Amino acid sequence: MESAEHLKPGTEIAGYRVQEKLHEGGMAVLYRVASPTGNEAGLLKVPKLGFGSHPACSAGFDVEQMILGRIAGPHVPQMLARGENDFGPYVVIEQIAGTPLADYARRAPLPAADVARLGAALASALHDLHRQEVVHHDLKPSHAILRSDGQAALIDFGLAFHGHLPDLVEEESDRPLGTPAYLSPEQIAGVRGDPRSDVFSLGAILYLLATGRLPFGEPTSLAGLRRRLYFDPLPPRCIVADLPEWLQEIILHCLEIQVEARYSTAAQVAHDLAHPDQVALTERSRRLRPAGLMVAARRWWLALTAPQRVSKPPTEHLARAPHVLVAVDTGYASEALFQALREAAQRIISSEPDCRVSCVNVLERSVITEQEEGAEILRSLHTQRLVELHHWAQGLGLQQERLRFHVLEGGDVASRLIDYARASHADHIVIGARGSSGLRRFLGSVSSRVAAEAPCSVTVVRA
Amino acid sequence: MKIAVLSDIHGNLEALRACLAHAEREGADMQVFLGDLVGYGADPVACLGLLADHAGKGALLVRGNHDEAALGGLCENMNPTAREAIYWTRKQLRPEDRDFLASLPLTARHGDLCFVHASAVTPGKWEYITSTAQAANCMDAAQATVIFAGHVHHQALYFSAGSGVRAFQPVPGVPIPLIGRRQWLAIAGSAGQPRDGNNAAAYALYDEEARMLTFFRVPYDHMTAARKIIAAGLPERLAWRLQRGE
Repeated sequence: MESAEHLKPGTEIAGYRVQEKLHEGGMAVLYRVASPTGNEAGLLKVPKLGFGSHPACSAGFDVEQMILGRIAGPHVPQMLARGENDFGPYVVIEQIAGTPLADYARRAPLPAADVARLGAALASALHDLHRQEVVHHDLKPSHAILRSDGQAALIDFGLAFHGHLPDLVEEESDRPLGTPAYLSPEQIAGVRGDPRSDVFSLGAILYLLATGRLPFGEPTSLAGLRRRLYFDPLPPRCIVADLPEWLQEIILHCLEIQVEARYSTAAQVAHDLAHPDQVALTERSRRLRPAGLMVAARRWWLALTAPQRVSKPPTEHLARAPHVLVAVDTGYASEALFQALREAAQRIISSEPDCRVSCVNVLERSVITEQEEGAEILRSLHTQRLVELHHWAQGLGLQQERLRFHVLEGGDVASRLIDYARASHADHIVIGARGSSGLRRFLGSVSSRVAAEAPCSVTVVRA
Repeated sequence: MKIAVLSDIHGNLEALRACLAHAEREGADMQVFLGDLVGYGADPVACLGLLADHAGKGALLVRGNHDEAALGGLCENMNPTAREAIYWTRKQLRPEDRDFLASLPLTARHGDLCFVHASAVTPGKWEYITSTAQAANCMDAAQATVIFAGHVHHQALYFSAGSGVRAFQPVPGVPIPLIGRRQWLAIAGSAGQPRDGNNAAAYALYDEEARMLTFFRVPYDHMTAARKIIAAGLPERLAWRLQRGE
């Protein structure tokens, strides 16, 4: 019988051939394996069960196996095989091709545009995970891989939490689980299952990419870890003087100590990183020093007296912070339809204080734009549409920071809307139906195509 | 095998049929009934007939405290309503029903699974499992990988971890992989008299090969079950608690 720590190259497990040992940690051994055809690379993970059958020894392995069995999509590795051999349990996981985020982090500080691009990819991957009921809880550069198509994938789910499954992660009494540099304050306090904990870790990664430094260093003691419960990190613009204000705003918004003050969802971070011009700048963006001792003392007192939080399952939390996309067709719609759209949007967002509403319009390219002055006409049309969107949104009575405005361009209105909804992780689309059947016959029904092909719920409104 | 585990049917024919039909749609090819087949509900004889059919086809059954009481066992420690229902049930049972109930064991095993009505510690003492400490004792006594129990009318899942036994509140319809070298104790909930404010019948389905456990809630015609209770002259309280699930 072979032992899990010493599998020879060529050993076959579940149809995969062992190639080489990649890593041997305290809890598990990792091998590179290949499918018999050789064109599918995988990772074989075997827990070290040195202490007999005590469940704590394989907790991380169990957790990862449980979670991987339940998640799918381009942002997570696929589980190729799992089972039990004479050397113990094993799992074969897809090896994701791409560049580890850690490689980028080594080159930090990176230009703001690169930080935004990498960060948006990471935030999108994270939101996709949260939508599948999972909180990663150990997000760091070495646990993210950038695929060649620009999308990010997350790996290592040994500390992850699934809102609908038993939590098999073993707490340690003396030290919080996870990587000290990226841990959120609530994780340090022992709270699991809040997707905003990952948003905090994402903020720490953005901070590192933008400045080349970790916001809280790498504390080794519990007291050192607990500092972030009361003390702010140094604002990134103190380290990189020409860092744009919008990037500091986003980073410090992710790193808020109170979960409620943080971004509600990773999708909101992704959206802001992808549209820096729309970031609502607050005092955070201009801050040049961390809050002083008095503020820290107040936070200490608040933390001491705060009631123990009970977290809701991740998707329940996301449901309270929906991203609603309203397609406002300012070109054809009537005042009555505008009002009907407003009422429909208000019904969806009522009682959801963490919602975001994107008001979107598609500028159909037509003959004019191909003329000589085309570019200028297009620009002025663009501005006119934006003004109209703002005018429409005034009637919603929503704070500015909850609103986003976008004029998209393109010939195929339905496709543009659907692509935008997908890219911005929209939870709900509200769209008006074109009233006149003549117009509909001529232009085709945008709303019916959106309703059929959208990645989320769609409400079609008639005046 | 896909094993449907129903507990605490309590003579509720409508709930029993609804759960069995649901389990069949989910692909169940074996049934286990965790006792308290009678008591409270108005259809003890019809339920036992249906259950005896299943027993003939390989279903496993164990005995519960209400079954024992219906056979003439001790029921003085039960609340007055439960006791009244037992006195009524005793009068309904035919000799063959009594023989069937009397033939049921206190525990049953199938592979590395163990089935018991209350707790495996001393099955005949009918101890409730409502804490991780009681769950741990039950796991120690059962010496099985997965233990199924009923008696408390709420669904729950306990599992052994490094720091001791932990409890989990299952989400209906979500399959749970029973992963790792640990013990699991599933409380199936009550098919015939749910008490958690949800009037849908409760049962659990275990897929042996995939090691997947799913807790289900099945809406059933509780109005008919309640009407039969009133028509039979059983305490009215037993009818309305079916409607409210309490």
